Parts: sequence; structure tokens; C-alpha cells
Amino acid sequence: MKQLLPISLNVNGDSYDIAIPPWRTLLEVLRENLGLTGTKKSCLEGQCGACTVLLDGKPVNSCLLLAVEAQGKEITTIEGLARDGVLHPLQKAFVEHGAIQCGFCSPGMALAAKALLDRNPNPSEDEVRHAIVGHLCRCTGYFQIIEAIRDAAAEMARKDVQA
Amino acid sequence: MGAKEIGARVKRREDAALLVGRGSYVGDLRLAGMLDAAFVRSPHAHALVRSIRAEAARRLPGVHAVLTLADLPASMQVPIPMASVIPAAVEKLYASEAEVTQYCLARDEVCYVGQTVAVVVADDRYVAEDAAELVEVEYDVLDSASDPQGALGNGAVLSHVRLPSNLACRLRLAKGDVDAAFQRAAHVFRESLHTHRGSASPMEGRGVAAALDTATGTLTVWSSAQTPHNNQRVLAELMGGSLEMVRVIVPDVGGGFGPKAICYAEEAVVAACAAVLARPVRWLEDRREHFIATTQERDQYWEVEIALDRDARILGVRGRMLHDNGAYLPLGLITPHTGAATMHGPYEIANFHLDVSVVLTNKVPVSVVRGAGRPEGVFAMERLMDRAARSLGMDPADLRRRNLIRPEQMPYSIGLVYRHGETVTYDSGDYPASQAKALELAGYDAFASRQADALRAGRYIGIGVANFVEGTGLGPFEGATVRVLPSGKVHVIAGCCPQGQGHKTALAQVCADQLGVRLDDITVVTGDTGAIPMGVGTIASRSGANAGSAVLLAGAEVRKRILRLACKNLEAREDDLELSEGRVHLKGDPAASVSFSELYRAALGGARLGGWLSPEIPPGLEATTYFTPRQSAFCNGTHVTEVEVDIGTGRIRIERYVVVHDCGRVINPLIVEGQVQGGVAHGVGNALLEFMGYDDDAQPLTATFLDYLLPNAACVPRVEIGHLESPSPINPLGVKGAGEGGTIGAPAAIIAAIENALKPFDIAISEFPLTPRRLIELLSRSAKWGALAP
Repeated sequence: MKQLLPISLNVNGDSYDIAIPPWRTLLEVLRENLGLTGTKKSCLEGQCGACTVLLDGKPVNSCLLLAVEAQGKEITTIEGLARDGVLHPLQKAFVEHGAIQCGFCSPGMALAAKALLDRNPNPSEDEVRHAIVGHLCRCTGYFQIIEAIRDAAAEMARKDVQA
Repeated sequence: MGAKEIGARVKRREDAALLVGRGSYVGDLRLAGMLDAAFVRSPHAHALVRSIRAEAARRLPGVHAVLTLADLPASMQVPIPMASVIPAAVEKLYASEAEVTQYCLARDEVCYVGQTVAVVVADDRYVAEDAAELVEVEYDVLDSASDPQGALGNGAVLSHVRLPSNLACRLRLAKGDVDAAFQRAAHVFRESLHTHRGSASPMEGRGVAAALDTATGTLTVWSSAQTPHNNQRVLAELMGGSLEMVRVIVPDVGGGFGPKAICYAEEAVVAACAAVLARPVRWLEDRREHFIATTQERDQYWEVEIALDRDARILGVRGRMLHDNGAYLPLGLITPHTGAATMHGPYEIANFHLDVSVVLTNKVPVSVVRGAGRPEGVFAMERLMDRAARSLGMDPADLRRRNLIRPEQMPYSIGLVYRHGETVTYDSGDYPASQAKALELAGYDAFASRQADALRAGRYIGIGVANFVEGTGLGPFEGATVRVLPSGKVHVIAGCCPQGQGHKTALAQVCADQLGVRLDDITVVTGDTGAIPMGVGTIASRSGANAGSAVLLAGAEVRKRILRLACKNLEAREDDLELSEGRVHLKGDPAASVSFSELYRAALGGARLGGWLSPEIPPGLEATTYFTPRQSAFCNGTHVTEVEVDIGTGRIRIERYVVVHDCGRVINPLIVEGQVQGGVAHGVGNALLEFMGYDDDAQPLTATFLDYLLPNAACVPRVEIGHLESPSPINPLGVKGAGEGGTIGAPAAIIAAIENALKPFDIAISEFPLTPRRLIELLSRSAKWGALAP
């Protein structure tokens, strides 16, 4: 009764060939078919940002996107943010500033921040606030997150200069 | 032994896993053969259930079971026990607890939209929800009680068919002779206040997974919870088994904020399904369910007045408060009672009388949400102070200052009875210093001239002050095990149950100072009834004070054992030894030392069979200690905030926010500052945004994040934090809670600042939340509006 559709996904540089019911969301496929549970399921209505992943570098709510629509695109999840065991400067800055409490919004928040810094390496406080305004966090009150993102930007700029 | 780690800004040890996607929340568990549950919920606020037909649902392919109350084990066909005892002095107007607590699945009456009626277990959640829609429930819809004020009148609609009235309880907090005080008062001021309910809205909703070990009959329940040992007790009782047959494990939790402190119907039903089907079953709350089935808080109506003498010293406070507890009393009267006792605050008040009526309506039941009644109680007191100051033409900060309890009066009994029947005695704190420091940080003295300048430029800015005292470190106890492992590293187990507060870091800091081990060599386990037999959990800002103290005491015991063995090993006196880096060193002789690992072997009588130990020395290097505080440790603080109001749109911008917070000794400033900043954000939500709406039939109107607004990154200001540290004498660490103070003072300070900004309009604000629309409504009613409107 359930028709399975073969699809290919490129997630964090790895390609996956799987067969899924065509109505499965990217969030469900990431979590249940690929075991990548770092992407969080919260409101399922595109209002909280917890399920955010990057699609060709742009943040999207994976709860509102069918997995079939993500074919042919580069998908980045929180599991792909650290490379070769080395934390991304954003991840380091989150720890440094106490920007994480329960951690449930953190993956989506960190990916939104990465997308921001990729297009705007030196954002103002307002620009950072704007970039994460669609990401609800009930624990932190946001400020430590904002500081962490700006600090990561500064750190990345320093590294660029050195390089 | 010096405090090296306690007090240090240590980075959280929880974070690395959470940041790379390796957090493990209930929804991340993968159990072989796991099924998903979905609940059939009442669409009516009040109805009688005539019949439930589940045949069509059961026939749907992929469905494993559809259960109603009658299908549950007989032991579970009872109401879920109240999670807290109501003190004997409270007048109860119901005949038995069963009338005010909820069955796991509806028996014959449903009393709020969202109440569980039946459960479906299926291959996945899609099938389970489809099947839930096929369950046919025949209801006789009844009138419902929605407005708590109207619910007490003659002929009011009853929220429960079995109760004689909607009034569930009455309690009185009183001291002195308040009427005499009012008679001799130079000034009396009144307030009529309304605080509105909101949801907790952690980013991870509730969730539970259960699996039966068919060989032993043991049930393991993973739950996104705050009080695992309580849940274990309730589940064992409802399952008709003994305590040891249920193990509750709380993995990573995506925020709690209060409501996860009670054991819900869904938890028991999922456990029963796992036992009946002998397959793992899980249920993960969706966001709509969080709004209609997870407890909420803050619906209260206050009619209060304050009496002052000629010098603006408080003679008395009196009044009454109506508390809407929704459909049931799952957590007794914790919220109204705590709020009422918190109203007294940091002020000297010789005469006090508050009558509280707890009313039942057909709304989602109330338990606790960050603050647990205190934001409401503080709002009532601080609004009275502001009203008095304004009417007398006094500076509101000065009026407060004149009435603050002074540090030399500590310990100070306020003479009111608290939620568990004990008298409130503030243990320590310097309230005048707190207010003075907050005013200084906020530049309060210079504000009036800035405000005048702004007004000349057509801008409305205002400042608000609020003080609070908060009972933290709730008893009765918390436990911890500290254990040296064969490797010489240290393992800590604690009965607390964090939901993001960084306990694993803070407890490791406490342990590290006792044993001289590096933080990296300490592992911490929390929230597992299989790891420590007794525990209370993480509610009421209690874990630093209680679990922290338990770790301190257990660590001190292990330290003693380590030293005793090391004395023998190094042929030295205890005074000559010191602990560091997982070794015991002879002072002044770097070559003479012994590792914890070697001592561990000695403590077991050697590494092989056949050794001997002295019978008077217990084997191993571990200790389990329970810390029992004799009363709450009272933290305090002052909030000062500056806002700007756009009178054209009603937009309120928080320009500055200062909190001076005294949580006693600070274990980790990074964590405490995070708690305060996050707590203020929740308070901003309560003050300006969060409105859980119901219509006249008690139908919820705001069950998504589009309708129910949480504070986001655009509206929460940076909180400037000043720490005061008045160590609490109640526990050996000297700490007090820090988790709720950010929220407790916020609505009072923010509303005060808005009212202050709108002084030219001479309006009184007596409620929260205050939305732009409501603000414009209030402004347009002002007599000054015509002349001053933009």
C-alpha cells in the first residue's frame, strides 16, 4: 500500500540512496532514515526554527520541506558543522559564551548563524538578531547566543587575516 | 581545601555533545520494534462521555491497540494522585481528592479541551493519528466555566458535574491586626489587578518512551521530566506493581520550566501500553498538544490595598486573590500558595491579611511555570508600592527603600505560613544593598532629567523598579553518590534532574574541590531512578542548594576515606597530606604520593581474591549522602528596567534591563548569568506577549506559535547583571536558587516602567501581558488622550 520512492540525498558531503514514502519530510528522513537526530523536531509548523538545516547554504525549516525536494542540493545538518573532529568557530563560541542551555534550539540556531556569517562576515548586533529571529529559544534569552555569533565572526576574520 | 572550581566561570561540560548533534532526548531514542502512540482528546471544554467506539480504528492496518479507561489495568482506573499535599489549614470544599484530579483516560466526564479520552498505538504516528480520528466518541456537551470571576456567583455554570461549586479551596495568610492598622493609616491605596496565564513552552515538549523487560517484568520509562523519582512512584502505583519494577530515566531534556514536574496521564498510559503489548511504545507531544494538554499558569485576580503611615512606612496589606486553577488540582495549591506568601517580599509589614480562593474552570489545569505564582505575588505588591508612590508624589524607589527589611534583622520571620505548612523565615540577604546597587547600575538618579528631555522631544521613556524575595532550595532532601572508579577518576550520581541548567558542570565543580580532581576526570549522572534510590528532582530552584550540598557532603566523606587509606600508604598524618590531580601528596615532598587508583585497590582489600580489610572501615571509596535542608533558602533581587513606548503604535521597547541578584554563593557565574538572562526573557514574554486565550466556552484560541507569541531575539534585551553573595546558612554550600529570579521580578518592573513612561496620560496599568493593542486601548481612554494623541 505504501509506495516507496527511491531518492538520493547529499548530506554533509555524503550521498545517501534510500527509498521513502514520497510525503516524508526532510526532517523525518534525516532523523529516521539517516539517523541524524541532531536536527530537532519541535513545532512542525515552521514557526520555531528548531529543525533548521542548510540547503545549498541557505537555512530552511526541514519540517516543511519534502525530502524529495531536497534532491540535488547540498544539505548541511548540525552533524556536518564540525569538520574532521574540529569544532566550527561558531560551536566554540557558543560554548565559550554560555549560549547553550537545554540545547534543543542550538543546532538550528548554529546553522542559521553559519548561513549569516557565510554571507555577512561582520554582522552588527541588529543583523545577528534579525538572522535568528525565527529561532525560538526558551532558555537563554538570546543575548549569549548573539554575543557568541559576533565573537565567532571576529574570530573567523582574525583567522582569515592570518591566512 | 580551597575553592578552586566553585565560583569559577567554567565552560559547560554538557555543550560539546549538544552542539554536534549528539544530544539524546526522548525523541532521539531508537528501541527495536518501537510503536507510536497518539491520543484521542476531548474537543469540548466540558462534556459527558456517553460511548466510545473503537472498532473502525482497530481495523486500520498498522494499528496495534486502541485503549480506553476500561481497557487499562484495574489499578490504573483511578485518578492520578495529586503531586503535592495540601496543608491541613486550607479549607477544602470538595469531598475527596478524586473529585479534583484527573483519570488517565476519561471515565465519564471531560473537563477541558485536550483531556485524554483514549489512546491508539500503531506502527507510526501517522497511522496512530489517522486511527485516532476513527475513534467515535459520543459526547453530551455541557456548559462550561471559562471566566473564573463569574464561576463563583449564584447559578454559575459548574465546571464539574460532581462538585457542588467551582470553589475548590480557600486559604488565608494573615498576621497582626490588619483592620486596626488600616484604621490608623494616614494613607490607603487600592489596586485591582489581573495577571494572565501562559504556557511553559519548552522547545522540547513532553515525551515518554516505555519498554518492558519480559524476562524480569521490569518496566523502563524514558521521560522528558523534572521529577523522575516521583514519576516512578506514581507509575508503580498506577501499574499496580512495586517501586523496584519501574525505572525512570530522564535523558537530555529540552527545557522544563515547571510543568514537567508532574506525572501526566500520557506517561502512565504509554507505560501501560508498553506492558500490555510487550513492545516499546513512545509518545512525543506535538506543539498543539503542549498548548491544550500541558499545565499552564498565572490566571489570577487581586483586590488588594496598602496602608501607610505619615512617613510612608507600611502599616498593613490586605485583600483577596482569586486563582483560576483550570480543570483540576494536579499539583495541589503550590502556585496560589507560593504566590500569596511571596507577595510580602522584602518589606517590613507588621499586619497582613490575604484571602485566596482557588476556583476550578474548564481550562487546561494549572501546575507551575517558571516563578510558580511568584511573578503574580510580586506584581501585586510592587503595583501597590508604585500606586502609593505616585499618589503621594514620592519617588517609588525611595518609598521602597524606607520599607526594606535590613540585613541586621536577619534571620527574619515574616510570620506567614508557606506552601507546606512551614513559617516563612528569610535566612539571609541585604535587601537595601540589592536595590541600591540596581539603581546605581541603571543610572536611576539621572533618569528623571533624561525623561524630561525625551518628553520635550515627544518621546515617552519610563523606568520601573521591582524587588522580590524567593523561597528556593525546596526540600525535603536530595541525594548524591560520589564514587572513585578503578581508573582513579570520579563518578557522581545525583537525584536532581536538569533540563538545561548545566547541573553536570556545577556538580562536577563541587566535587572537584572536595577531591582535588580535574573536571575532565569527573562524570556526572542525573535523573535515573536506577542510579540512586531516592531523589526529588529539579523544580523550585532547588538543585544547586540541595543536590550541590549532597555532592559536597558525599565528596567530603569520600575524601575522609581517601585520606585514611593514604595515611597508611604514605606513613603520614592527615594534616601533612593534600589532594590534587587524582593523587594524594605528602606536602613538601613531590616524590611521595599515591594515586586514587592505587588507593581504590587498597580500599577493596587488594586487586585479587583473598585479601582482608579492617572490619571497621567500609570497603570502596564511595559514599551516598542525602542532604536535608531545614527550610528554604531565600534568594532576593531587584529589577530595574527602562522602556520607550511609541504612543502611535503601542510598541514597547525595552531599552535597558538591570538585575541585581543574590543567590548566595555562586558556583558558576556563566551558568547563573545564563539563568538570569533567560529568566528575564520569560518575564518579558509574560509582561508583553504571552497570552493563552480561551473563548467564553473555554475553547483555547492560541494553540500555535503564530497565535501565542514567545519572546524572540528581536525583543529580549541584554540583561546587565550585578551579583550580591549573601551565603545561605541553610546549606553547607551557602547557595540559593538562581533559576527563577529573572522571571519573578520582570512583569512588575516592565509594567511599572511603561506606566512611568505614560505619566502624562495618567493611566494605571493593572494587568499583564500588556500588548500594543491593549496599550492603545488604555491610552485612548485617558482624559489626556485627546490633547496628546499623535
